Amino acid sequence: MNIFLGRLAIFIALFTTWELSSGPLIDPFFVSSPSAIASKFYDLVISGRLFSHGGITVVETLAGFMLGASVGIAVGLLLGRNELLAKLLDPILISIYSLPKVALAPLFIMWFGIGIEMKIILTATIVFFLVFLNTYSGVRAVDREQLEILRLMGAREHHLITKVVFPSAIQWVFTGLKLSVPYALIGAIVGEIMASNRGLGYLLQDAAGQLDTAGVFAALVAIIALALLLQAVVRTVETRLMPWKKDLGDREASV
Amino acid sequence: MLVALKAISTPVGAEYHERASSLIQFIDVSKSFTVKGVSKQASHSINLSINKGEVVTVVGPSGCGKSTLLNMVAGLFAPTTGQVVYNGKAVSGVNGRTGYMTQSDHLLPWRDVVGNIAVPLEIQGMTKAQRLIRIQELIKLVGLEGFEKSYPSQLSGGMRKRAALARLLAYDPETLLMDEPFAALDAQLRMRMQTELIRLSRRLNKTVIFVTHDLDEAVALGDRCLIFAGRPGTIVKDVQIPLGDERNILQLRKDPRYHQLCGDLWDFMTPSLSD
Repeated sequence: MNIFLGRLAIFIALFTTWELSSGPLIDPFFVSSPSAIASKFYDLVISGRLFSHGGITVVETLAGFMLGASVGIAVGLLLGRNELLAKLLDPILISIYSLPKVALAPLFIMWFGIGIEMKIILTATIVFFLVFLNTYSGVRAVDREQLEILRLMGAREHHLITKVVFPSAIQWVFTGLKLSVPYALIGAIVGEIMASNRGLGYLLQDAAGQLDTAGVFAALVAIIALALLLQAVVRTVETRLMPWKKDLGDREASV
Repeated sequence: MLVALKAISTPVGAEYHERASSLIQFIDVSKSFTVKGVSKQASHSINLSINKGEVVTVVGPSGCGKSTLLNMVAGLFAPTTGQVVYNGKAVSGVNGRTGYMTQSDHLLPWRDVVGNIAVPLEIQGMTKAQRLIRIQELIKLVGLEGFEKSYPSQLSGGMRKRAALARLLAYDPETLLMDEPFAALDAQLRMRMQTELIRLSRRLNKTVIFVTHDLDEAVALGDRCLIFAGRPGTIVKDVQIPLGDERNILQLRKDPRYHQLCGDLWDFMTPSLSD
């Protein structure tokens, strides 16, 4: 069975049901309809509002993502290679990790205002923990015998980091990065919903404020599209950086 | 049978201390490990002297301190008492003149064959052009032509061993420490790798300490064989293997001297197996 055709069939069935039941069966005020959402989406594209608002969200998400990921990788490497420091900082890190990061938003508004900075910092905080924890686990999982063998070759700490620790932790890093994409959007969108007059979160909030259901759905569609796009970018970078993994999937499993 | 053995074996004793010409010396070495606060002795009273260019095999049941011996030569950990002397100096810290090879080949999965062999050369700071020339030589030496761009996951067990051997030889360590390197290979392949190892170590005049639990392998490869036994372990027998430098491992099975030696060592080892 062709998976693509199967998926297309489900998709068509779902939207046809939605379209046909909107009106006769369910009040369109609550569910709108695919055609109304499509036309609203088209308006957003034509008027340029989608790109101006979407652009802001993209900038916030990407900036927050990169900031959080780079700090997360750096701290993960540092603590992974320094057990004492990791033990000392453990209670602090666990406390902040346990906190739902969205709860920090009011504090960040007080510190950084309601501009783009606050969303970037909120996104970065969320991404940091996911990437940090995965990088840390990856560094801890590095084969110690492997490191000893390199030490016998005369390797110093920087050789070990660049030749063994980082490359072997990178799979874990990417797991963290892939997990982070939807969470990065949470940071940006929640930030915009709470305090903003720009971005897809604002577009969503604004449409809801006007009881414009089609507008709400159109904004959600835009957010989904953005999330999928970011996910695809991370995956592409992953296969580029880990060519040795590429053909593993093609090989037949054997034990 | 044991009469023949006595003629070629040397008793374990203190006369090794005086031999200053030897490359590696163990002087009354013991090693204990602390596991969960309890100290456990792994080996004791090890006295040993190995000359440069010697191929010494180490046999004995698991857990009697064979690998501990290698780790102490490599300086990965220090003896609890006694002294390990390498080239006239006590080993302290990582001993960069040794190279280590274990049962698992420890190739870096994200580097192809060339990249893996390049690791020690990169650490030494060799330029890329020099590296490529050296790597080409090594690939030829171990017979991996045509697999330069393959990743370890695409290689067979034997080819991975060859790659690991090439990497080991790349930084030209004086002493090769081998901890059951061929244990996971099938019989034919193991014999081919043994032949390669003997050929290369003779040609490059390497000192080799080769740990195995396979008595036949110990006799086939060594100039000398150390038998470990007991927990904590120590050397219970130190036997010369006078089969010559240019021995042919494939033909060895037909050599009566080989069978005699294996038989004698078996007789010696069997009591320790029943413990």
